[in-house]
Amino acid sequence: MADAQPHIQNLKVLRDAVANELGEIVTSSQIIRGELVFNVARDSIVKVLTFLRDDVNCQFKMLMELCGVDYPEREDRFDVVYCLLSLTLNQRVKVKIQTNTSSSVPSVVNVYSAANWWEREAWDLFGIYFSDHPDLRRILSDYGFEGHPLRKDFPLTGYVELRYDDEQKRVVYEPVKLSQEFRNFDFLSPWEGVHQILPGDEKVVKSSEEKGGDG
Amino acid sequence: MSEQQIKNFTLNFGPQHPAAHGVLRLVLEMDGEVIDRADPHIGLLHRGTEKLIEHKTYLQAVPYFDRLDYVAPQNQEHAFAIAVEKLANIEVPPRGQYIRVIFAELGRVLNHVFNVCAYAMDIGAMTPMLWGFEEREKIMEFCERVSGARLHMAYFRPGGVAIDMPEGLADDIMEWVEKFPQMIADLEGLLTENRIFKQRTVSIGIITAEQAMDWGFSGPNLRASGVAWDLRKSQPYDVYDKVDFDVPIAKHGDCYDRYLIRIYEMYESLKIIKQCLEKMPPGPVTCDDHKFSPPKRNDMKQSMEALIHHFKLFTEGYHVPAGETYSVVEAPKGEFGVFLISDGSNKPYRCKIRAPGFAHLQALDFLSKGHMLADVVANIGSLDIVFGEIDR
Repeated sequence: MADAQPHIQNLKVLRDAVANELGEIVTSSQIIRGELVFNVARDSIVKVLTFLRDDVNCQFKMLMELCGVDYPEREDRFDVVYCLLSLTLNQRVKVKIQTNTSSSVPSVVNVYSAANWWEREAWDLFGIYFSDHPDLRRILSDYGFEGHPLRKDFPLTGYVELRYDDEQKRVVYEPVKLSQEFRNFDFLSPWEGVHQILPGDEKVVKSSEEKGGDG
Repeated sequence: MSEQQIKNFTLNFGPQHPAAHGVLRLVLEMDGEVIDRADPHIGLLHRGTEKLIEHKTYLQAVPYFDRLDYVAPQNQEHAFAIAVEKLANIEVPPRGQYIRVIFAELGRVLNHVFNVCAYAMDIGAMTPMLWGFEEREKIMEFCERVSGARLHMAYFRPGGVAIDMPEGLADDIMEWVEKFPQMIADLEGLLTENRIFKQRTVSIGIITAEQAMDWGFSGPNLRASGVAWDLRKSQPYDVYDKVDFDVPIAKHGDCYDRYLIRIYEMYESLKIIKQCLEKMPPGPVTCDDHKFSPPKRNDMKQSMEALIHHFKLFTEGYHVPAGETYSVVEAPKGEFGVFLISDGSNKPYRCKIRAPGFAHLQALDFLSKGHMLADVVANIGSLDIVFGEIDR
């Protein structure tokens, strides 16, 4: 961890340079645990990534990862996270945008060819729509699958199961029948989860506070 | 002679095909015997690993990582362990780090032996497969001795490794390290200057450094294109910065170079294992914070607190502080990353797995265009595709 400090310093320099150059497009940026994150406006993602790729001081030539994250309680429920890597700087940076089920995200396939399948995956698993994508098909789930399995409101067991039907001589899909109910344990610790206030305890606290106030 | 309209025809390659390395369904649009477009259909091995991990505690998530790239399971666990350690701010004791590096490198050898041999078999050489699998069995025996399982070890845990190496294992690994170069030499004797092998691989599926970066290549496939990039050197984790090794680089970026890189990486792995065995200090192998790592069985018989810790760890598991991290390791196939988001509970909120093979396979269309049908097989073999990690 001896070289952690210069690493953070470099990230700060990079952050300021990018924030200066892109101006208001970058809504916020953080450095947490030595990882730099930019939150940017959804519609300008192509511009941001093109800048990060082509700028001499950035050179984030590689898109290592693109993924969706679902926060169902938010209005813009999805995050799309782009993880970039610069071989010349030996730095990583994450770019985040927010989106929802009804709007579309500009595809970055023209910036990074590698984004193609990852965008298809985000579409398949989350239902995040990418506009201008050359070939937005499902990728991981079954042919003819319905729903977006990685959304938080999609049940772990899914809705359909398949088996080979010997009479029809083909595979058939049926609604899921669980022979045992799905067990979801509440692990909240009784030692940590319960507020240990015995009846009458609140009076003790109050009286001591009063005492403190008097003194 | 009247003009004839020649139509492209579509060929289904797989999902049940020995050269498809698992369950790859490849729809090939062909103009005669030349590939116009290759459309890989993946997902036939999709098991919903990421969804399952969201419903399991951090410790229960570890074995899922074995089942991604089942050819070198321990390297995936390594990435997950590092991600959790980063979020929870745990320090792994030196011996634990050395053991992890030893087994990560054994995993690399496992993977490269498998890939080189399976690749050779795809393009017509039978013998390497038979030799290689015998050798893999020896390595898997080491895995079995240390964890009880040949393949799905579940040995690298957040905070260190499950248990210390048994007595005598270090000597046996050392003995194997001395003998193994002969095996690589034998393999090389069969393949490196083999006329048929070279005709099938040299100048096939060329990808330049620029293109490889654009397609998100990593690991041996990127280095075969001449990019000097190895996470073990550039962003070292565990004790990789304390061992001395070289990173082989090739410059043509064709199938043959991708094979050569793997051969030379095996020699380097042996160097790393040897140094680790020599330098490995005695001491604990997991962090001593019993809120994260289980107490010793002996302590559990004596101490009430240890018993409670054990019970809590294996029912509720530990809570990881809220936050997110993208942690990577240099897995044998390339950059294996885990994007882990914790909401402070005992289960990951989101665990995205960045499989190197995913990026490699999507470049298959690019690599195969204009090549003959038989070259697709060479391309698939040289990219080192394993469906466990691609389909997740």
